[in-house]
Amino acid sequence: MSSRDFLFLMIAMGAVTYLPRMIPLVMLSRRALPPWFAEWLELIPVAILSALIAPTLFAHSAPRVFTLCKMELLAALPALLCAVKTRSLAGTVVVGMLCYWGLGLLM
Amino acid sequence: MNDRVRLREKGVVKEGLAAAWPICLGFVPIALSLGVLAQKAGLVPWQMAAMSLLVFAGGSQFIAVAMLAADASMMAIISTTFMVNLRHLLMSSAMAVHFPGVSRRFLTLFAYGLTDESFALNMTRFNQGGWSRFSALTVNHATNATWVIGTVLGVYLGQLVPPGAAGVDFALTGMFICLLVFQLRGPIFTITALIAAACSIVAYMWLPGNSYVIVASCLAATVGLILKRTLLKRRMGA
Repeated sequence: MSSRDFLFLMIAMGAVTYLPRMIPLVMLSRRALPPWFAEWLELIPVAILSALIAPTLFAHSAPRVFTLCKMELLAALPALLCAVKTRSLAGTVVVGMLCYWGLGLLM
Repeated sequence: MNDRVRLREKGVVKEGLAAAWPICLGFVPIALSLGVLAQKAGLVPWQMAAMSLLVFAGGSQFIAVAMLAADASMMAIISTTFMVNLRHLLMSSAMAVHFPGVSRRFLTLFAYGLTDESFALNMTRFNQGGWSRFSALTVNHATNATWVIGTVLGVYLGQLVPPGAAGVDFALTGMFICLLVFQLRGPIFTITALIAAACSIVAYMWLPGNSYVIVASCLAATVGLILKRTLLKRRMGA
């Protein structure tokens, strides 16, 4: 990606991030968002994270096919367990990395 | 401006900094990791600085780095960023009640630093009372400065880490797994996550590029909302 494209991308990302932060504040709308919309917004982050991870764990990239035997999936299991048990970001990342690294040495 | 006002303003900045430092401290390791991973995805220091300054939203920056590493299209990255950060609408409208009669200039500046962390802190302090909006603004900018410096330092740190070292390729996935677990605040969140995973895998195989993220997450959140509302109605009816 060229520097110009990169800068354009950052400005666009910045704009779509800034506007939802700014519009309700500046409009000073005392009206709350409709409850269904607020509830939908609450579900978005979990949906995006899950949608982002799933193909990394369950699909080969070229060609795109479903699989259950990826190193990423094997390393994800202890990482998931660690996240649930410890709720530590650093701990989870380190456990996942070590498992992935170890599996790479074994295979 | 007389001296007393000036003195008071110095006080509010100090108060803001005193409240902000735990967040800043918490940001340091996250910012450094983002920098390291961004360097592995091919970003150079000025690009990291540009991203942290223009976007200033941790979660979506990690996602953008993962998508840049996967050569995703600009459209896919921008639309995913938009969706991830849309939740700030909630915080911004909740915050609005604390700024009656405040100038638009202040608010446009304040909105820039509205993150999950600064929102949680400022909201608590406003509700406790006696919290100046300038202290709140100080919190936003102190955390922002920490974030920008930390992520850029991380890029330099990343140059010292050899590619593929000790499973560094798995770092982003590990991070997303943990962030996902943090988000599971009830059965409906877990159900939505499972639906999103299934939709995403199907969409990944059928749709070109990285549009699967946006398609699967919108679909899953909508199904999750419908499920939640129908289950709630049934329980209320029973």
